Amino acid sequence: MANPVTSLTAAVRPITAGAHVTGATFLGSAPVLALGDGTALFAQNESHRVSVHSDAGILVAARAGKRLITGGDDGLIYGIGADMQPEQLADEKGKWIDAIAGRDDGSIAWSAGRDVRARDAKGTVKSFAAPSTVRGLAYAQKGYRLAIAHYNGATLWFPNTAAQTETLEWKGAHLDIGFSPDGRFLVTTMQENALHGWRLSDKHHMRMSGYPAKPRSISWSPDGYWLATSGADACIVWPFKDKDGPMNKSPRECGVREAKASCVAFHPKALVIAIGYDDGWILLCRLTDAAEILVRRPKQDGEDPVSALAWNASGTQLLFGTAEGEAGVLDMPG
Amino acid sequence: MADKIPVTVLTGYLGAGKTTLLNRILSEPHGKKFAVIVNEFGEIGIDNDLVVGADEEIFEMNNGCICCTVRGDLIRIIEGLMKRKGRFDAIIVETTGLADPAPVAQTFFVDADVQAAAQLDAVVTVADAKWLSERLKDAPEAKNQIAFADVILLNKTDLVSKDELAEVEARIRAINPYAKLHHTQNCAIELDAVLGRNAFDLDRILDIEPEFLTVAEEHDHDHDHGHHHHGHHDHDHHHGHDEHESHGLRHYHDEDMQSVAVSIDGDVDPEKFLPWLNDYVQREGPSILRSKGILAFKNEPKRFVFQGVHMILNGDLQRDWKASEKRQSRVVFIGKHLKEDEIRDAVLACAA
Repeated sequence: MANPVTSLTAAVRPITAGAHVTGATFLGSAPVLALGDGTALFAQNESHRVSVHSDAGILVAARAGKRLITGGDDGLIYGIGADMQPEQLADEKGKWIDAIAGRDDGSIAWSAGRDVRARDAKGTVKSFAAPSTVRGLAYAQKGYRLAIAHYNGATLWFPNTAAQTETLEWKGAHLDIGFSPDGRFLVTTMQENALHGWRLSDKHHMRMSGYPAKPRSISWSPDGYWLATSGADACIVWPFKDKDGPMNKSPRECGVREAKASCVAFHPKALVIAIGYDDGWILLCRLTDAAEILVRRPKQDGEDPVSALAWNASGTQLLFGTAEGEAGVLDMPG
Repeated sequence: MADKIPVTVLTGYLGAGKTTLLNRILSEPHGKKFAVIVNEFGEIGIDNDLVVGADEEIFEMNNGCICCTVRGDLIRIIEGLMKRKGRFDAIIVETTGLADPAPVAQTFFVDADVQAAAQLDAVVTVADAKWLSERLKDAPEAKNQIAFADVILLNKTDLVSKDELAEVEARIRAINPYAKLHHTQNCAIELDAVLGRNAFDLDRILDIEPEFLTVAEEHDHDHDHGHHHHGHHDHDHHHGHDEHESHGLRHYHDEDMQSVAVSIDGDVDPEKFLPWLNDYVQREGPSILRSKGILAFKNEPKRFVFQGVHMILNGDLQRDWKASEKRQSRVVFIGKHLKEDEIRDAVLACAA
């Protein structure tokens, strides 16, 4: 870069979310936030607030195809698209919806307690009872296959076949879960301030520890060679290019600060990571040379962790939100 | 931290009256909004409060601490509740009748996210005056709940005679002489006796003298809460004479669960005491349910206070010793089969 940019704060359009930002995504060109007060905020130049869960909070949210999918503490699942008309998709009778996942074809999966349900694009719902309360769900990139994180391991399930589920065991409480984009690896975040990974071809274990806090946010690079994680005073990035994944290799650190990374999101096209911190700062960090660009620095000091980050598909916009209800959209300079 | 959400844990053996107490807390006109974490839905009916179903999932922590268990469902639920800040002012956790309070309490010290969001206020145990003595013989859970309590409601006192009441109270005191004990019927009690206790707040640990002298009747009729105590009047007055004799005379020794208190009339050497304490709770943590201490460290103008649950210790220098106060050191352990002599010798050896 001939004229290095060190701050993009002027390119951020602030959004008043007004409640805990549970999730962020783009529906087409529209930035959309799922909020703790049960509403969805369509935050184009003119904002539209839609009541999705009436008198309930959105606990989990994901994008499935062209819709935002929300799960609430009222036990309901809704889908809402660009038409801003929420459609109720499931009712778990008041049980909290603990985890949710979506696929590009519109399939969704959710869990309430031990019950996991998968609803394919045609609307067929299949159920599975996990051995303990489920904390995380993720669809594989290829094949209609769901990964389920729970106590003492993870389970792989093909909802639409009669095939046996596959169990991946590792002692401890597994929280969030994600497949690598190429489907070679499965990684969970853990109660014990660590990540656990399995090489799916042979269930080989990969321990990734040393975090001072729980690494609750993970994001894969578009090529699948890197895994960015929160939970430390930097974004910790594990190398997954080799067949052994990150074993016997040191992770990279970027965006080192005196604040914990709370949320991370890889740019969809470049080796650039958006890092949100628990004091509300957001940095962009380029993995190749660790160059940093400031996106957000809150006016007041204090604790307001970045709780959601999402890039649009082309990587020209970054949407973010915080636990206390601040939000904004960054327009990347062309 | 001022903005941490206070958490009250309600325990009590099956049928003791936990749900009655919970309903009472929720229905009093206190203007507070609660998030209530319950195991059995349906028995509580409230409009303004959030009710969350829990499943008492006990997680072992892989941190080399064998007794270190936490309630995984609580961690998950509190994380979820934090997305709805402002919707409630306090959290109440109702445990099942057979639950061990330790994993609930430990959750608030072991999980960093929970610790940042919430503060354990007190463990409140409801005990059935008629049946507790029996349960202390055959149900280790009931004994755990008494030993663990910061506040005990000795409930259903209208169903027992004065003698029986004195006996069950003496049995409770044999296990836990430090909890605040209240006699109740239908769990009728002033809410500030069970809420806002700050029992785990080091800054609020003022005193750890045993409560051998109990208040005779907490629920006297002059300020009853609109609930009638049928047939109670006669009973009370009839037995009025025996009251003073029954209180404090009986002394029970519980075979399994005891409290051990050691006092030193003066300063303690922190170089000796702290390593011993850490080592002791590491070794004996599974048998220690609760521990507390206020100590005068040599050449230290401030009081050192600590409190612990099993192996987890939390200690700090607190306020200055006042000029009017005698510099004394006192530690208390409540636990199973505690070796009193060993504890006493070890603590006394730390005298400065």
